[in-house]
Amino acid sequence: MSRPSRQTGRALATYLLLCVAGGMFVLPLFWMVCVSLKPSAEVLAYPPKFLPQEPQADSYADVFRSESFDFLLYARNTLVIGVLSLVGMVLSSSIAAYGFARVPFRGRGVMFAVCLATMMIPFPVTMVPTYMIFKYLGWIGTFQPLWVPAWFGSAFNIFLLRQFFMGIPKELEESAMIDGCSRWGCFWRIILPLSKPALAVVSLFHLLTVWNDFLGPLIYLSHQNQFTLALGLQFLQSKAGDTPWNQLMAATTLTIVPVLVLFFLAQRTFIRGITTTGIKG
Amino acid sequence: MTVRLPNWIRGLIWTAPWWLGFLIFLAVPMGMSFYISLCDYPLLQPPVYIGMDNYREMTVDPIFHKVLSNTLIYAACAIPLGTVLAVLLAVLLNQPVRGQALFRTCIFVPTIVPIVATAVIWLWMLNPQFGLINQGLGRVGIEGPTWLASPNWAMTSLVLVSLWAVGSPVVIYLAGLQDIPEALYEAARLDGAGVFRQFRHVTLPGLSPVILFNVVIGIIATWQVFAVPYVMMKGSPGPDRSTYFYTMYLFDNAFRYLNMGYASAMAWVQMLIILALTGLVFLVGRRAVYYRGL
Repeated sequence: MSRPSRQTGRALATYLLLCVAGGMFVLPLFWMVCVSLKPSAEVLAYPPKFLPQEPQADSYADVFRSESFDFLLYARNTLVIGVLSLVGMVLSSSIAAYGFARVPFRGRGVMFAVCLATMMIPFPVTMVPTYMIFKYLGWIGTFQPLWVPAWFGSAFNIFLLRQFFMGIPKELEESAMIDGCSRWGCFWRIILPLSKPALAVVSLFHLLTVWNDFLGPLIYLSHQNQFTLALGLQFLQSKAGDTPWNQLMAATTLTIVPVLVLFFLAQRTFIRGITTTGIKG
Repeated sequence: MTVRLPNWIRGLIWTAPWWLGFLIFLAVPMGMSFYISLCDYPLLQPPVYIGMDNYREMTVDPIFHKVLSNTLIYAACAIPLGTVLAVLLAVLLNQPVRGQALFRTCIFVPTIVPIVATAVIWLWMLNPQFGLINQGLGRVGIEGPTWLASPNWAMTSLVLVSLWAVGSPVVIYLAGLQDIPEALYEAARLDGAGVFRQFRHVTLPGLSPVILFNVVIGIIATWQVFAVPYVMMKGSPGPDRSTYFYTMYLFDNAFRYLNMGYASAMAWVQMLIILALTGLVFLVGRRAVYYRGL
């Protein structure tokens, strides 16, 4: 084979593989939307058709009306937990990260090493005592266990922000301090504004984690009117049999849409976040 | 007039959020957890010290053996398959073709789908009668298994679901690929290496540190698998306990049977297993991984 045609052949094969792979990964999501748009009779029709023959949005209306999946309430609960924890997470993580990056003190290295090592500790080790502590405080069945711990930062975000802060030239703070700026002033007025990209990554990942979290709400929330979307969806599914599949898929679609929108709005931040966090680790 | 505090106090103040959180939510609970693991503690009554009995119980508990082997099998399938798939996808997505960004997005999007939603979607995908998978198999004349309802296929189903979320390691591998100098590929081509030998002798060694990193992350994650099987099986252990995982059994012991002592002992054993496996991977990795510039 001559050179150009061999190259075209390879390009074509690559393209084909990419289309197949890409298609296979999106197919379940596409199908989910299809099922959610099918009328009930079509969902269990045999032989099944891939595309809805008479698409309609009734299952979405049913979900909004249904008492077993109060989408707006669950979305509100998830957002409340997300925002309350986000503020604390970003603030505390960046303060601690600044300490590790810029405030020299004895034992800082050891402390930071311990901070990194804690990332290895699996959640179940602290699950039982943490539950007991919150039970003692009377916090079971409230949102507090789901957002208060975020106000102490997280090792992962502290690590990430520290790396970012270290990359900011020290001269900026030095000259500000000569002009009488305090440490806190340096942090608040120089470092934080310069760290917007890193703060965006941290915030984004945190919101996703909250949206995704299942075990936490499962352990700590007891009333249906406090459920988050993840827990509500699981609850709806667990009593399936009663819930038709098109409604279940409509509920699932509704749960996913906000994160998808967030993802497409912040795609660049996302990818940069994963690569920097992944590679530096 | 400002008071100049000693450095160590200023350091402690700045890092206070971290070390306070460390004490309250990690160090103290871990200490408590270790003590509870040595106790009989049915939550509603005070703990009674029983020494190593909980740990001894694990050696004879058939359900513990079952969840241990399930989790091991799952990890032994999901981690290698996920790694191979992720590396291949990354190489594919690294090809300079039109629409590259779109393809990357397609692979990545499933990873941001909340885990409960993933479980619900795949429950329907794997439905023996109406699911897309068995419909597809039916088209080519294969009668698909009953997947999650079958003790033989339930584990395979879960590994399949885990592969759907392979996108985040793919992104990390993509970044790793960009770090491999193009000059190495040129040199390999000059020496007559084809596509496969370039992959074997340039790409793989170049990616090896990233592979090591992802395998470690994978070990920590697979040992804590919980949400997908829990949602798919509605909190039950699955057919013949075939999808009963370590963390599920631990959770059931703690919050269903209120057997806090046993659950805590299981958590400590789990942590030791994860540490041991990670150590092992690093040990093997030290020989197999190529660090450029070291």
